[in-house]
Amino acid sequence: MANESMELVKGTVDVLILKTLSWKPMHGFSISEWISDTTSGDLGLQEGALYKALHRLERKGWIAGGWGLSENNRRAKYYRLTARGRAQLQAQSETWRRYSLAVSRVLEASAL
Amino acid sequence: MTGEPEFRRVFRLPRAPRRQVARELDDEFQYHLDRRIEKLVEEGLSPDEARTGALEAFGDVAEVRAYCFKQSVVRERTMRGTDWLSDTWQDLRFSARSLRKRPVFVAAVTLTLAVGIGAATAVFTVVSAVLLKPLPFEDADRLVGVWLTSPGWEVEWLEQPPATYFAIREDSESFEDSGLWKNTFVTVTGLDEAERVPATMVTDGVLPLLRARPIMGRLFNAEDDLPGSPQTVIVSHEFWQRRLGGDPDVVGRTIVVERSPREIIGVMPPGFRFMSNRSDVYWLRQFDPATVEMGDFSYNGVARLKPGVTLEQAQADASRVFLLALERYEGMSPDYARNLGMDVRLRPLKTELVGHTASTLWILLGTVAIVLLIACANVANLLLVRAQGRSREIAMRAAIGASRARIAQSFLTEGLVLSLVGGIAGLGLAAFGVRTLLGTLPEQFPRLAEISTDGTVLLFCLGLTALTGVVFGLLPVWRASGSDLAVELKAGGRGGVGRETNRTRNALVVSQVALALVLLVGAGLMVRSFQALNAVHPGFGHPDEVITFRVSMPGPGYSAGEEGQQTVQAMVEALEQLPGARSVAAITSFTMDGSTSNTSMDIEDFPTGEGETRPSFRVKWTAGEYFELMENPVLAGRPIERADVRDRNDVVVVTENLALAYWDSPETAIGKRLRDGDTWRTIVGVVGNVRDHGPGEPPVAVVYYPAVVNDFWGADTFVPRWMAYAVRTSGGAPASLMPEVRRIVRSVSPDLAITGIQTLEEIHDLSMVRTSFTLVLLGVAALVALFLGVIGIYGVVSYAVGQRTREIGVRMALGAATRDVSRLVVGQGFRLAAMGVVIGAVGAAALTRLMTPVIYGVSPADPLTFAVVAMTLVGVALLASYVPARRASAVNPVEALRAE
Repeated sequence: MANESMELVKGTVDVLILKTLSWKPMHGFSISEWISDTTSGDLGLQEGALYKALHRLERKGWIAGGWGLSENNRRAKYYRLTARGRAQLQAQSETWRRYSLAVSRVLEASAL
Repeated sequence: MTGEPEFRRVFRLPRAPRRQVARELDDEFQYHLDRRIEKLVEEGLSPDEARTGALEAFGDVAEVRAYCFKQSVVRERTMRGTDWLSDTWQDLRFSARSLRKRPVFVAAVTLTLAVGIGAATAVFTVVSAVLLKPLPFEDADRLVGVWLTSPGWEVEWLEQPPATYFAIREDSESFEDSGLWKNTFVTVTGLDEAERVPATMVTDGVLPLLRARPIMGRLFNAEDDLPGSPQTVIVSHEFWQRRLGGDPDVVGRTIVVERSPREIIGVMPPGFRFMSNRSDVYWLRQFDPATVEMGDFSYNGVARLKPGVTLEQAQADASRVFLLALERYEGMSPDYARNLGMDVRLRPLKTELVGHTASTLWILLGTVAIVLLIACANVANLLLVRAQGRSREIAMRAAIGASRARIAQSFLTEGLVLSLVGGIAGLGLAAFGVRTLLGTLPEQFPRLAEISTDGTVLLFCLGLTALTGVVFGLLPVWRASGSDLAVELKAGGRGGVGRETNRTRNALVVSQVALALVLLVGAGLMVRSFQALNAVHPGFGHPDEVITFRVSMPGPGYSAGEEGQQTVQAMVEALEQLPGARSVAAITSFTMDGSTSNTSMDIEDFPTGEGETRPSFRVKWTAGEYFELMENPVLAGRPIERADVRDRNDVVVVTENLALAYWDSPETAIGKRLRDGDTWRTIVGVVGNVRDHGPGEPPVAVVYYPAVVNDFWGADTFVPRWMAYAVRTSGGAPASLMPEVRRIVRSVSPDLAITGIQTLEEIHDLSMVRTSFTLVLLGVAALVALFLGVIGIYGVVSYAVGQRTREIGVRMALGAATRDVSRLVVGQGFRLAAMGVVIGAVGAAALTRLMTPVIYGVSPADPLTFAVVAMTLVGVALLASYVPARRASAVNPVEALRAE
């Protein structure tokens, strides 16, 4: 049970990262800020897990990393979405949408 | 909040080593934590609280770092693989695309390479099989040939007598075992038809010490060797199939070998060969140690060294045993043997088998190596032209960020693609070349059956291909690495044609000419040798009209006795009835046919002193009109006549060199006497010299006996069993007589079998085969070299003309005549050729010395050959530069100037 929920969380982080990077390339800190700003911190994402996900996605070739200068003129590692990552994002958002639709349908049905 | 990133590379980060991966992870985390702390401080926390908060929010830094590190390392690894793959794929596609647009260039390069690689691979196939591979026996490096040497007789390699064989077997400590063997022919009867087959006489140890294994039955053993044991024989797989019908119960059957019944005890595996001989029958020879003497120097010896024993140790051991043998056996006094300097001599069995072909093969391999070098020089020149055209492309690629290594890789790919195509075509050519070589090689060539395209050969070919590919791939890169990007780009499409490049191209052409000269001189020396050999009078004339064949009389011992006399006389008389036969003769050995018998003699008036050696002469026995048939003139006296054979007259005929060694003239030799045993025989005639060992060797002193002799080699009536016959026809096609000859032989006796049918011309050609073989191959190689060299000169000169069109235009505009322009261009070709000739001549003078073993009657530094070859090369070079010169002089100055 615990494992399955971990998987769910992992998959959630992946798709969130892909979505975040679909706007523009960002570094790890700003991704973390963006996600917590957007979700008002509801997901309670641990920052270490975010970096693990970033490196995993980089290995899969869905995002690509590179060094650049940050807004405060420091060296930071930026990530951008690759073509394969974008395709992945589309596929995963579709899955997510259907998943949440199904879940809410169940919840609404039980409310009846 | 976040700025646009400035990626260090437009397309991709460079791949990083592990240490860098770790450092980048630390930097990345550090940045994150710093930012988080900054933010928490902004929100009002103290720096210490902020630090704790940041770490808390992050989680287990060590665990995260380890996880990320692993992800990065895996990513790096896959990237390296896919990068290389995609780069290579990109290069391959690019090469294929750009090469497809230049079919002539590709054809020229690959064909040239194919010829070079093919020739080298073909010759290497032979060299590998014959010289490099061990003999096809277990631990073959421990097998040695056992011989005697006798400087006093001027014999370096003397066959062994049974006496030393027994001594070595009993008393030496260095050998596992040793044995005697000899190639013979035997007549096999007792099956439906008598057949003369190649055979090997062996003592019991020979086949076991070779570690041969029969596919059926067993090998000889010590018991078979005991006097009184049943006579046994082992047959070849081929003979078993052909004559014994592959009978599965053949072991135990009896066949009649040389009229004595022998039991078959084993069948050898298919393709088994000992010392290049295709023997159908291995028969055991029993020697009785009680009766052998220190004489009968007739047998080849073979032995297997004990493990760990060196050839030198074995040699010392065998020399010690030889002295024991002299004491133990009758026949030769130890003092006499010491005076002769006689001793046992060992040599590796492989050397014994391939020794005399080694020099020819190495020369051949050297030759094809030179051809390959010339081919490579040509290809290098072609590639330089191409690199010239691509220098702008290289500069462009470097400018948009391609590293030198990346550019090198793409050129390497192109080089490898070209050389691979050339190599594959070369392998095909090599297969064809090997087949042709096998057709040209004489049948007696050692290990002929072992020559095949095997793994070693494929590896060699692949290695050559890869090497040429790498060299040619990197050549343009090496060329380009010296050039300045900006200069190349500015120079535009014309590319920078530096002095450097022209010098490289010139150097290539000069070395091509030099190498071609070496080969041409080699071929020239072979032509001169061939001429010299053909000019030698071999001791016979019009050999194309003479057919020869051997009809040995079966039975034990050397002499066929009274019955043999009947057979020889009947054969000669019957052959004389043949329509078209001009003359007929019987003889034990034709000039140059390789069969030899020698005997020591006393010459009346020239007694041999105490402790001196009696002279030894070659002896032959003849009936019919031998000297007339051979067209060897009788210089004094008369030939051996019919009555001499019929009445067993004690007469001989000697060759001129023998007569002149003792007497003033052929005439004075007549009436003098010599003896081989107790009977004195009178010299009744002197004939011309004969080159019995081939035209390249000095003539041999021969004593001719009538085919039937009294009191010889212990026989009252001696008639040699190994008779051959010859018929001279009136002009051409003597082989057409053979059906009629067979009928005659059958009518004389059904027990007689015909072997070794060949014309006298074939015997003669065979003796020249090494020279003609080397000549043909060197000749072909030299022509290829000349052709490639001409192409090289033509290419360079016409390329230079193309470059200098503008300059030529200026010259002509300033009043230079057509002749001056031609001279300018031809002069360039001449200078290159002359330099090549000078360098080549120096090289050739050093290299042709290696040819000494294969040339005849000409010095390796023959001035005529060198002069003719040098002039030919220069002449051809002038011709090759004349064509572009014509083009240059036809330049229209106005257009040439406007063109730029």
